[in-house]
Amino acid sequence: MADEMQLLEERVNREYEYGFSTDIETDTAPKGLNEDIIRLISRKKHEPEWLLEWRLKAFRHWEKMTMPKWANLQYPEIDFQDIIYYAAPKTKKAKPGKLEEVDPELLKTLDKLGISLNEQKRLTGVAVDVVMDSVSVATTFQEQLAEKGIIFCAMSEAIQKHPDLLRRYLGTVVPMTDNFFAALNSAVFTDGSFCYIPKGVRCPMELSTYFRINKENSGQFERTLIIAEDGAYVSYLEGCTAPRRDENQLHAAIVEIVAMEHAEVKYSTVQNWYPGDDAGKGGIYNFVTKRGICKGNNSKISWTQVETGSAITWKYPSVILKGDNSIGEFYSVALTTKFQQADTGTKMHHIGKNTRSRIVSKGISAGKSQNSYRGLVKVAKTAENARNFSQCDSLLLGDKCGAHTFPYIESKNNTAVVEHEATTSKIGEDQLFYCEQRGLDAEKAVALIVTGFAKEVMNNLPMEFAVEAQKLLAVSLEGSVG
Amino acid sequence: MDTIRTEYLEERFKELQSAQTGSALQNWRSEGFKNFNKLGLPTLKNEEWKYTGISRLFTKDYTIPSKKDNVIDREIVDKTAIPGASGMEHLVFVNGKFNKDLSSFQSNDGFEICSLEEAFNGKYHEDAEAYFNKSSLFIKDGIHALNSSFMNESVFIKIRKNYHATKPFYFDHIFDTTSNHLLASPRILVVIEENANVQMIGSYYTHGSMDSFSNEVMEIVVKENARLEYYKIQNDTPNGSHTGTTHIRQIGKSYVHTVNISLNGGMIRNNTDIIMEEQANEAHMYGLYFLKGNTHVDNHTLVDNTKPHCFSNELYKGIIDEHATGVFSGKIYVRPDAQKINAYQSNKNILLSDTGTINTKPQLEIYADDVKCSHGCTVGRLDDEALYYLRARGINKDLAKSMLLKAFADEIVMQIKIEQLKEYVETQISDRLQLAD
Repeated sequence: MADEMQLLEERVNREYEYGFSTDIETDTAPKGLNEDIIRLISRKKHEPEWLLEWRLKAFRHWEKMTMPKWANLQYPEIDFQDIIYYAAPKTKKAKPGKLEEVDPELLKTLDKLGISLNEQKRLTGVAVDVVMDSVSVATTFQEQLAEKGIIFCAMSEAIQKHPDLLRRYLGTVVPMTDNFFAALNSAVFTDGSFCYIPKGVRCPMELSTYFRINKENSGQFERTLIIAEDGAYVSYLEGCTAPRRDENQLHAAIVEIVAMEHAEVKYSTVQNWYPGDDAGKGGIYNFVTKRGICKGNNSKISWTQVETGSAITWKYPSVILKGDNSIGEFYSVALTTKFQQADTGTKMHHIGKNTRSRIVSKGISAGKSQNSYRGLVKVAKTAENARNFSQCDSLLLGDKCGAHTFPYIESKNNTAVVEHEATTSKIGEDQLFYCEQRGLDAEKAVALIVTGFAKEVMNNLPMEFAVEAQKLLAVSLEGSVG
Repeated sequence: MDTIRTEYLEERFKELQSAQTGSALQNWRSEGFKNFNKLGLPTLKNEEWKYTGISRLFTKDYTIPSKKDNVIDREIVDKTAIPGASGMEHLVFVNGKFNKDLSSFQSNDGFEICSLEEAFNGKYHEDAEAYFNKSSLFIKDGIHALNSSFMNESVFIKIRKNYHATKPFYFDHIFDTTSNHLLASPRILVVIEENANVQMIGSYYTHGSMDSFSNEVMEIVVKENARLEYYKIQNDTPNGSHTGTTHIRQIGKSYVHTVNISLNGGMIRNNTDIIMEEQANEAHMYGLYFLKGNTHVDNHTLVDNTKPHCFSNELYKGIIDEHATGVFSGKIYVRPDAQKINAYQSNKNILLSDTGTINTKPQLEIYADDVKCSHGCTVGRLDDEALYYLRARGINKDLAKSMLLKAFADEIVMQIKIEQLKEYVETQISDRLQLAD
């Protein structure tokens, strides 16, 4: 028991690895939020008139809204006038066309993060779009993807090159009035990734976005839109880090996914924003709206997330199962330590016939953190034979943390079957004893059990990410054991 | 949409207060009404009332029964009481007020029954002061405050030390709505002393064609080594709506067993709270809601573990037919330092019609690490294989269905440990399923 405590102690004292900041000249807008700032952002991005109008509409709506208080989270009022809404690394051109033109400082940062764009170029594997502060700085493999008709580029580029597609889909899954943070994002979003997979195309490589907040006092508001046409398939990865700062920074993103008939989209996240220091100071406020719609029949959307960072996580990746026989999945590992607070989960809206959804959520809380699962499974009257299974397990490490489960189940169909089960416990002494008896020390035993606890979710990550996520859990939790 | 009216309540409140000046409950009522005005009626935006739109009960004017409105024909009492009532400690409440004349008792020692005013003014004032209205610390909504505003002729019951009651206490609530819509506010405080052992039953009946709305608060304090069984049977008419709080405090190491059966009624909301204030408390909570018509039943439960080594087990089952709605919201709360808690919660539902609704929200909030807590919940239909099994053996579809539903309900009914009451509930369920014994 003492060993276990010591291990946890170590974990709590572990420093944040990605806490460096890069000294790059940035082009920033003044602090604060008003219509002029939105016009400025829109002008800087050379946006068409309709988008500016759309932003302003969202802003006017946002002004009337108040910050949601229902989550099991405690945080001070956020002063939205004290945030920089636009910060872009300065480059000679508006957007680097080739890798060579990217600021060398920036490349160094990316190297530190383990995303060497040069290397990426050589290795066939993952196409990356990197978003630093608010602007997409580099996208790899665009040409190779274009051959197949796949569009994978920065949002700002998509606005210029594919306005029709954008206009058709932007805000259709997460309307600008959806919630407080969605409205805020719609008003001020600066960049993000755009991905379009045409009919019948199976994307040959993993697509990936890397988000990083660099500039002080800035918020990051990016927007991702993924469209998979009939029969298309794509696996999409998202990673996030931020430098260590004493003040809290705001991240309010939106991800929208549209899956047409027979399409499949797999979206994986490894979220490792700066979680704040040992005293709970600093860290990212992560308020994200993610939602996908299975529009066509037989489509599938799968969310996998590994959440280890952020001072506050408020995130509910959802699936609207509109098409008949469509499938929604949600796999999540949420690890909170120190003073982190996470309120995360999913929503599954069953509308179509024979729709299926599966939720597996694993929460691990340590230190003085609070970890909540909040999920909704809603079966509409039209969802004949809908089927849901949810499992939410929580593991408590230490006696100062909390683990909470708030599942909501609403059923209006008498042929639907919905099941939910949840357990909360600490690591069983019998399990520990079993491992120790076979020659593992306490530390390794804890590591083994935690890894096993999260395995079901980890298995659902794409290979490239699984390694990173395993490592992340290892450094985050398992002390010296990897 | 009818407008929601609560302004007239102010006048009723003043009438009640001026009619009973000098009452020990005067200040409690004032405070209650102040809170009611402050809190207002809960709306769907209120997380605890998310699935129950209680405000629609307030589209009509209710009469508030005055002190004398506590009489009804004895025949009606006899006719509507549950079987075997004559052999119980039968407490009759008319329009929310205790009527001693209609009540009958089998034994005269072991317990004490008086009005709350008498308790406050007499030798039980310590009990009253220590235990009264503690539920308001947990349930902070307008409905609870409304009960405090209009409670009168409230009852205090003390079960003496070491008393093992052989006859159950039957709280028989009758609401007379032959001429008016009625808002009744029964209020009961029960103190169960050390080593006492008691069974209690509550039932509700609306007599008349107008609507009744009974808003009950029952507070029960269970002391060291005491044992309580509480059965709440709801088989009212569709014009009888009910909101009830049963707030049980286990202040000594004790055992509590509750069963809540909801079969008929209008809009029903049950709060069953068990607060474990001492180590090694044990509680079992069961519930069955078997609904049809437009009945809406919302069961809210709370198990608040404040001390280590407590055990709780909870099982609620629902069968929803026609246009009915079943809501379950259970919370297990484990406070920091309440280690070694075992808490289980389960909610199982069968939806029979495509016009019914089930909303369920089992929650765990845990702030201690050395615990074993779990919850499970299901919403589904009858098992096709089980149906097939029965039909393959020559049983027709309807009968097979009924048999399976009966078996589903029986798991809860079996938890009723008063034989006559169990038989009564079983008959009610068999009748609905059109099963002959």
